[in-house]
Amino acid sequence: MIDPHGLSTSPFERASVAVVGAAESDLGHCAPGTSPVDLMAQASLRALSDAGLGLKDVDAVFCATSQIRFATTALCEYLGVHPRTHDGTQMGGSSFMTHMAQACAALERGQCEVALIAYGSTQRSVSRAAASPREFNPYETPYQPVLPISAYAMAAARHMHEFGTTRTHLASVAVAARQWALMNPVAWEKEPLTLEQALASRMVSSPLTLRDCCLVTDGGGALILTRADRARHLQKAPVYVLGFAQELSHLSISNMPDLTTTGAKITGLAAMKMAGVTPGSFDLAMLYDAFTISTILFLEDLGFCQKGEGGPFVASGAIAPGGSLAVNTNGGGLSYCHPGMYGLLLLIEAVRQIRGECGVRQVPGCELAVAHGNGGVLSTQATVVLGAVHD
Amino acid sequence: MTDNTSPSASASASPWRVFKDHCLKGQLAYQVTQAGQVVFYPRVCAPQTGDDLHWRVSKGLGTVYSCTEVMGKDREPYNVSLIDVDEGFRMMSRVDGLAAKDVSIGLRVQLKMDMTHPEDPLPVFVPLQAGHPGPTGATHD
Repeated sequence: MIDPHGLSTSPFERASVAVVGAAESDLGHCAPGTSPVDLMAQASLRALSDAGLGLKDVDAVFCATSQIRFATTALCEYLGVHPRTHDGTQMGGSSFMTHMAQACAALERGQCEVALIAYGSTQRSVSRAAASPREFNPYETPYQPVLPISAYAMAAARHMHEFGTTRTHLASVAVAARQWALMNPVAWEKEPLTLEQALASRMVSSPLTLRDCCLVTDGGGALILTRADRARHLQKAPVYVLGFAQELSHLSISNMPDLTTTGAKITGLAAMKMAGVTPGSFDLAMLYDAFTISTILFLEDLGFCQKGEGGPFVASGAIAPGGSLAVNTNGGGLSYCHPGMYGLLLLIEAVRQIRGECGVRQVPGCELAVAHGNGGVLSTQATVVLGAVHD
Repeated sequence: MTDNTSPSASASASPWRVFKDHCLKGQLAYQVTQAGQVVFYPRVCAPQTGDDLHWRVSKGLGTVYSCTEVMGKDREPYNVSLIDVDEGFRMMSRVDGLAAKDVSIGLRVQLKMDMTHPEDPLPVFVPLQAGHPGPTGATHD
């Protein structure tokens, strides 16, 4: 439980903004011809309905997708919304944590009353190559890395070299994600996964196998934010934004200073300081698991275990259902849904867990969650702390 | 008169073109500032300081920082590596001369210009041969 009267450690007044609506679009493999903006609009309406608000209430819009250059403009045209404030910052999968920070600032300044953050992708329907074409980099592309997989593979290889992390450790992350996914009715994966099956799956870019890599699905989501004073009078219990931070360290993997330490080390510390909490305070950690190594890196960098101990930590069962730390309870990008830029879905699950809406996978007494987004090849990192605040 | 040292002056050749011209001579080029800061990939100015950059040619020796064996479609598995070059920069490349699965972190390597496409040579590496002096043309001043 967070003390609402605690000293704020930043210009952002802690718990002054809340998430009041959250929803996914259709997920998985959407109806033929569905567009990314169809999914954004669908999720937006569902999130507004969740909040008990309507389109006419929205006066700030934040979107990003790899498939539409002007994502925010496209959604505003589609929905007939003329926002007072808008932005379309594209930082990859962590964009939505950044959007949330921007929305908080705009709400704080009185530049808007109700902010909508939305995402949609049809990458399963149209193929990943079509949904997210890669730029030509003359110093990397000729060597034909399969990006982003080969970049994460080299981070994993380096982590194994420095800390003795094993393929079994990596596979443990996939198995835990699958166990959570089996408790989520909308998860893509429906069958159990054993450690042996994960280890025996097809190698893609060593040491990462198919089961170390996230799904390629369609999907999207939306969040509605408003100031705390208004949030308290809406239909769902507010989920407060308590802290956030973002960091970028490189674009291409050749320029990542240390492949075993991410910007999450900086953002985790900053976001938790803003919220006035420590890693031990959290009931839930939603970590951007595009690859199994990502979960291990973020557990370490956010302070849930020591650097280098992520492998043994996950292998102990700590992040699986019944473990010491609830991680990626929706089943994660590995087994639930990964529509290219997954960050918004991390925030949605955190909101639902704090509200107590998660059915059989509900974390008992979940009041404080961290949602950590990642973009590019460990390039951009953004951490958001969400929580329930009791007067 | 054109002042070629001014950042506002038009460049007669792009950083990429100068790099490639060195490759055509079998050389791996990188950049340094007056203060000795080493820069790679090639740019029009130094990161952090914005200082002018001057070209140098590497001795072509390095160490595998990380690597992966990529299971390509319809082709043999191949290596992609990040090489820490001795002069103090890291680059993506490939290690030839041994099976992709046998490339390992810490392996000492030396430059070999891949001339498969003669108009577009590609710097790759091979395991370091004992006593090899490295490619000719290296400048280190």
